[in-house]
Amino acid sequence: MSVSLSSSTPRPGRSAQEIRRIIFGRIGWVACGLALACVILPLLDIVWVVAYNGVSAFSPKLFTTSTPPAGVGLWNAIEGTAVISLVAMVLAVPVGVGAGIYLSEYGNNRLANTIRFLSDVLTGTPSIVLGYFSYIVLVGGLGWGLATPAGAVTVSILIVPYLARITELALRQVPLAMREAGFALGATEPTVVFKIVLPTAASGVLTGALLALAISVGETAPLIYTAGFSSYPLDLTHPVHSILHSQIGYLTYVIWSFIEQPDAASHALAFAAAFLVMLFVLAINIGVRLSIKRN
Amino acid sequence: MQLKPFRLTLLGLSLLIPFALGAVVLFLLIFSWQAIGFNGLGFVSRVIWNLGDLYDDPVTTRGVLVPAGANYGILVFIAGTLLSSAFAILIAVPLSVGAAIFLAEIVPHKIRPALSMLVELVAVVPSVVFGLWGIAVLVPFIGTVLGPAISKYLGFIPFLAGGDSGGGYGLLAASVVLALMITPIIATTLLDALLQVPKENRESAFALGATHFEVVSKAMMPMVRTTLVGGIVLALGRALGETMAVLMVSGGGLNILPHSIFSPISTIASFIVSQLDSAEGDPTNMAVRSLAEIALVLFIITLLTNAGAKILTSGGFHVRKPKQ
Repeated sequence: MSVSLSSSTPRPGRSAQEIRRIIFGRIGWVACGLALACVILPLLDIVWVVAYNGVSAFSPKLFTTSTPPAGVGLWNAIEGTAVISLVAMVLAVPVGVGAGIYLSEYGNNRLANTIRFLSDVLTGTPSIVLGYFSYIVLVGGLGWGLATPAGAVTVSILIVPYLARITELALRQVPLAMREAGFALGATEPTVVFKIVLPTAASGVLTGALLALAISVGETAPLIYTAGFSSYPLDLTHPVHSILHSQIGYLTYVIWSFIEQPDAASHALAFAAAFLVMLFVLAINIGVRLSIKRN
Repeated sequence: MQLKPFRLTLLGLSLLIPFALGAVVLFLLIFSWQAIGFNGLGFVSRVIWNLGDLYDDPVTTRGVLVPAGANYGILVFIAGTLLSSAFAILIAVPLSVGAAIFLAEIVPHKIRPALSMLVELVAVVPSVVFGLWGIAVLVPFIGTVLGPAISKYLGFIPFLAGGDSGGGYGLLAASVVLALMITPIIATTLLDALLQVPKENRESAFALGATHFEVVSKAMMPMVRTTLVGGIVLALGRALGETMAVLMVSGGGLNILPHSIFSPISTIASFIVSQLDSAEGDPTNMAVRSLAEIALVLFIITLLTNAGAKILTSGGFHVRKPKQ
């Protein structure tokens, strides 16, 4: 706004310019308030639309039968999402937490800075690029085929950088004096890390693991060409073979593919799946944020 | 030097991260090497993506065996990616700046955490759920209300015509969904920076007789400008690589450059998902290799964007000191 100095007449009360500035400010605040509404209202609408349509699709059969043509439910997808996410977490947590420990405890050097930078690059890499890498290398090149291992490895590549970063931040909160007290008592490095630093920062590390779990449950793109999809649950008579070699269903795939079908029953399944995924992801994120605030 | 097995184990685990990144780049490069040679530089400037005749005998072109008539050009997808991200930024920046200012200055301290948590939660909603909402709510709204209205009143502007003919799927829907997804990134970055502005700066501006809005727009915003730009570039990086939500609402345009905000588009990321099935039908594997080259292009674009964001936001303290 250009400031005009031409009004040199004595001012009874407020000058026109002052009034203009005040009105301009009012308009600005209203615009800012509307902007905030435009950010929050779509979220509320998403939650409402998904919850309303999702809950109306609920029935006992949703949890006892599998997706069409096998049944009219989501059991295979719920089971598959759980299996993929758990395997991914089992692979990712040791690596991510280990890397976080290294970066926090011994990471004041150039090598660690390089690892941090490349970890950020990996975080910024689109998940479809990771999915395509796994498709050509794991599924095709190594011959793993479309199955849980390729999907879970891809998801774990995706979440390891998050785990490393959050673990590092959590461990750095532990006061140096506690480590020094440990060393003064003659403790070795592993003892200090596992008996003093990690237990003290346990809630932070757990937070990171939960957020990583939420990410893995909500991912779609890296799984489509690595885990495939199956309308049948795992063959529990040969569970290991089934997990290693057969395609597996997951909830996010149901959302994507069933909403494109023409019939209302498929749409209902897509919304029910979206409701389950959203409930899980939001519950973890809200829980984590509330507990951080309380501490 | 004393060998420390514990440290070495931890170092080994951390090195898996750069190792994974290196493997991704290396294998995408190796796998797409033939395609890079075959497609040449024209890859990024050709409009037509044609798998060729997959049922006829492959022919040798430029030294490699490809299906007859195969032509791989990705200009349409690059245009779709850049346009949808650019429009998303155009929509998201004013919204997130306004929201952050409102949260920082107007909202009472007691309810600010709750509202800022709501804004943060927008960022954790899975991409595919955004896509679902887009199909269920946004696309019908654009197709029946917003599109016809824009074309009726603003249709004389070349890029805004044609909203009454499409079903709502297209560039606009993709941009709006992307804008919603990246708004929290910009808003939370800016909010953190605004809350860090020293009290003295605010108070001096008030003492000079500035209105509250002028304090924010003329004293505080210039101090956090660098952070804001950094947040915008970070959000851009996210938008460029977004896959599922865009795939679901973009209409999947092929072989024709978008000529209006209602045109169907494909982005690089969404195209990889939608085309792999067809590409697998190519007996010479050249289509799958060209898709790997696309993935590599996407990786390079997002890498450059994120590096830019990193440079802009580095320095730890996010508030720029006023010039002397």
